[in-house]
Amino acid sequence: MFDALAERLEDTWKKLRGQGKISQSNIQEALQEVRKALLEADVNFQVVKSFVAEVEKNALGAEVISGVNPQQQFIKIVYDELVKVMGESNAPLAEADKPPRVVLMAGLQGAGKTTATAKLALYLQKQKRSCLMVATDVYRPAAIQQLITLGTQISVPVFELGTGANPVDIARQGLEEAKNKGIDTVIIDTAGRLQIDQEMMAELAQVKDAVNPDEVLLVVDSMTGQEAANVTRSFHEEIGITGAILTKMDGDSRGGAALSIRTISGQPIKFIGVGEKVEALEPFYPDRMASRILNM
Amino acid sequence: IGQGPLNQNAIEQIEAMLYSADVGYEATEYIVNTLQNKLKEESIASEDAIASLKEILQQVLDEPLQKLTKTEFEPEAGKLNIWLLTGVNGVGKTTTIGKLAHLAKTSGYNCVIAAADTFRAAAVEQVKVWGERTNTPVIANEGKNTDPAAVVFDGINAAIARNADILLVDTAGRLQNKKNLMEELAKIRRIIDKKAVDANIESLLVLDATLGQNGLKQAQVFSEAAQLTGVVLTKLDGTAKGGVALGVSRDLGLPIRFIGAGEGIEDLRPFSSYEFVEALLS
Ligand SMILES: Nc1nc2c(ncn2[C@@H]2O[C@H](COP(=O)(O)OP(=O)(O)OP(=O)(O)O)[C@@H](O)[C@H]2O)c(=O)[nH]1
Ligand SMILES: Nc1nc2c(ncn2[C@@H]2O[C@H](COP(=O)(O)OP(=O)(O)OP(=O)(O)O)[C@@H](O)[C@H]2O)c(=O)[nH]1
Ligand SMILES: [K+]
Ligand SMILES: [Mg+2]
Ligand SMILES: [Mg+2]
Repeated sequence: MFDALAERLEDTWKKLRGQGKISQSNIQEALQEVRKALLEADVNFQVVKSFVAEVEKNALGAEVISGVNPQQQFIKIVYDELVKVMGESNAPLAEADKPPRVVLMAGLQGAGKTTATAKLALYLQKQKRSCLMVATDVYRPAAIQQLITLGTQISVPVFELGTGANPVDIARQGLEEAKNKGIDTVIIDTAGRLQIDQEMMAELAQVKDAVNPDEVLLVVDSMTGQEAANVTRSFHEEIGITGAILTKMDGDSRGGAALSIRTISGQPIKFIGVGEKVEALEPFYPDRMASRILNM
Repeated sequence: IGQGPLNQNAIEQIEAMLYSADVGYEATEYIVNTLQNKLKEESIASEDAIASLKEILQQVLDEPLQKLTKTEFEPEAGKLNIWLLTGVNGVGKTTTIGKLAHLAKTSGYNCVIAAADTFRAAAVEQVKVWGERTNTPVIANEGKNTDPAAVVFDGINAAIARNADILLVDTAGRLQNKKNLMEELAKIRRIIDKKAVDANIESLLVLDATLGQNGLKQAQVFSEAAQLTGVVLTKLDGTAKGGVALGVSRDLGLPIRFIGAGEGIEDLRPFSSYEFVEALLS
């Protein structure tokens, strides 16, 4: 684990050989390496700043552990801080006080919302929970057809009113349908939108008001760079998210967006998408993500 | 970072601008060093550093064009032009195909689209909507999991039969670390080379402006499989700056040809390094 960061820190620590303790002056180069590693992993620039400051504080306050060299100790401090920020343990999907449970998917264009909607439905279905998927994306060409195709693949019904209806009405009626049929979980797929598109953000807020969701999941592409921070901030401030799904983790991106999402919203990442197929959804584990971000 | 007229404070400000635009650590280091040298050599006051910075950034983006005999991006007359669009999942390939079909149509060219994403749910339906919007024939094979190379083959035949000027090829999104999918793409490219020997081929990688440093790896691996000749940078209507394009331009010498700035049919513009750099630093 952390081979690359450890390797890079090697040179830094060579100079410190014989110095048993982490100090303000001998730690600066090491902090610089951490900063570089996080920037290369696409952690937001501002988030890197506050993270590195926290690591510095922790490192300076750290007790010297006999038998452990300062390099190992320092790397452990960085790793522990990453895990801590990312939430320590897996956060499961929220339950509803009274069924149906409502999950609202949101995010930028192409992030993976529609695919994640089907993946989550299949995931829940395997736990013997019945699902209804609601197609409110009336904008993207063939978006409804995409959800219907996925629904057929996994044998989960899709509620849709075509492209002529209003997304708020579709969501409301979809929820009614689920209530009538005694369905356990309703997952609402929405159109992709930019966080600066006021009209589309207002529409999403209306959908939210109409269905009063138990979960609002921000779907974020794990290859996203600095923008993950802005997207999270706006969606959280304007809509209020309760968690996130990080998609396309089967790629080789380092996924620094995870740290930005968590730091800025304070909300947990709940699932990761690990493939194009409907089975490719896994719970999110903070320790694995910390390794991924640091391991180069 | 390198010695030069800029003080620590100024360097940090410039770094902050570049990092937050996804230029990345290495490219930022290169740019700041180049800037320091330029200021020193040309005795430019550090107050004028931003103007010099803009020059350097534009140079990086314009450099790939220097090697070309023809710098404009346009179909060659009297020939079949094949424009192959590739990239990772969800970046905007299909939408760009629609926009390009519209642009080609309104410029008087005869177009055919090959719907070679035979994998994603409703991918063919999506591209067909764009075909209807632009009144462009779409060659598709409705069968499940059909070979995309076969669709491309049919597309080339149809384009030749219709005497089309341009064949637009939409491909499935694929992550560059998937060996089998990259091999499938290489096969598509081989079919094009073999079947359309006289065609003028543009192989365009679609990059999403929200992408971080993974965009560099994408460009490297897609370059090999699809023999890229250029880049389309999408979703610049958001606040993401698309700074990874600088690294792609520098590392791979690929010119950026178009930018996508919206989901509408007209939201495609030729790339301007001047406008891009102004937006990047704003
Ligand atoms: N490799 C991989 N591809 C994924 C994953 N999740 C989604 N995709 C792909 O990403 C692309 C976009 O996914 P969609 O589900 O259509 O994304 P969306 O957010 O609904 O897009 P819009 O509705 O247009 O905003 C598709 O090609 C999906 O197959 C994943 O975890 N891994
Ligand atoms: N805001 C904005 N959205 C865009 C732009 N280009 C494409 N999109 C949207 O991004 C999403 C994905 O676009 P597609 O064209 O389906 O992307 P793709 O690369 O073909 O996706 P896959 O085939 O699934 O890999 C859709 O919601 C598009 O409307 C753009 O320039 N700006
Ligand atoms: K994306
Ligand atoms: Mg969708
Ligand atoms: Mg597509």
